[in-house]
Amino acid sequence: MARILDDIILDDIIIRTCARIMVPFIQLYSLYVLVHGHSSPGGGFQGGCIMAASFILLAVAFSINEVKRRFRENIHLIFCSLGVFIYTGTGAIALFFSGNFLDYSTLTHIVPATPVMARYYGMALIELGVQISVMAVMVSIFFDLVTKGDHVEAPDWEDD
Amino acid sequence: MNKLLALFITITAGALLVYSVEEFPAWGDPQQPASRHVSPRYIEKTVEETGVPNAVTSVLADYRGYDTMFETSVIFSAGVAVMMLLRGMKYGKNSR
Amino acid sequence: MIEYIVTKHSYWFYIILIMMGFYGMMVKNNLMKKLIGMNIFQWSIILFYISIGAKKGATIPIIETGALVNHAVRAADYINPLPHVLMLTAIVVGVATTGIAIALLIIIYQQYGTLEEDEIIEALRK
Repeated sequence: MARILDDIILDDIIIRTCARIMVPFIQLYSLYVLVHGHSSPGGGFQGGCIMAASFILLAVAFSINEVKRRFRENIHLIFCSLGVFIYTGTGAIALFFSGNFLDYSTLTHIVPATPVMARYYGMALIELGVQISVMAVMVSIFFDLVTKGDHVEAPDWEDD
Repeated sequence: MNKLLALFITITAGALLVYSVEEFPAWGDPQQPASRHVSPRYIEKTVEETGVPNAVTSVLADYRGYDTMFETSVIFSAGVAVMMLLRGMKYGKNSR
Repeated sequence: MIEYIVTKHSYWFYIILIMMGFYGMMVKNNLMKKLIGMNIFQWSIILFYISIGAKKGATIPIIETGALVNHAVRAADYINPLPHVLMLTAIVVGVATTGIAIALLIIIYQQYGTLEEDEIIEALRK
């Protein structure tokens, strides 16, 4: 089966320059939305989608191999399951300290805080897990759909 | 499917739904059944029990944290399913 | 009659959107267009569900804390947060379903060479 997406790089300098400037700010904004989920609208899902959108913008403006070099396949396969692991691990830690499953007030044994603030920190940890998982899965689905399953590794950076 | 038959089915279903709108509560009523039983308790107790001012995040991550855990596993299994569908087809019996 | 139209007319728009998605799913021949019809159906039901939580004269469900607030929290001041929470899960499930459906469409195209429904049924009958 022929490879359909050899490095076809657009020759349009406006799109390339704008995408290059915007992508770091989009990623910073997604971390802002994640951390401020407690006192303004936001949270894990929203931040994960925004960060996945930054990678998809890079893939649309340049070629797919550029994004594959920066976000390699073994890394984003690990991130897919790391998010679910963080979430379920936080719930299982609560089981060790004789609480119910997903009862964050038992985290006072680890973190020096009152039981009310321990629930605050438990919520922050699971939102981080949700963001990692959602971001990795959306980028992974995008890669699979675009390359139709040909999972060839991108060639390394060439010196111009 | 025949276009006229589909149009007839759509208009009939739409008319039945519009007829049932009569039983709905008024728009923006604070006493409607959706806002009465457990939702005022979540709004009033979220700051003193969890310390988080955002009611949506505290309900999503703390009071209903079990739903969110299974939903994260749903999106994980969707990623795995797309990988299985599109990469595994070369080696199955459908390979050409 | 006038009171019925004025207080409940917003629900009619959601019903029109639902019926548009339903009609698209039934009538169109191309499989991709059927998928878009299913998507319209899904998102309009999510919109309808969120609209249930509105309250007259209420603000967004972020509780005001601090030194300036010295009365107890009244539930009638904030809109209902429960439909928003349930629909967050529904949105993510919708995205996952759409991703898997497009992957299935890619495999159907590789197998039959076409995405029109009647040609695929003809090929299946042989």
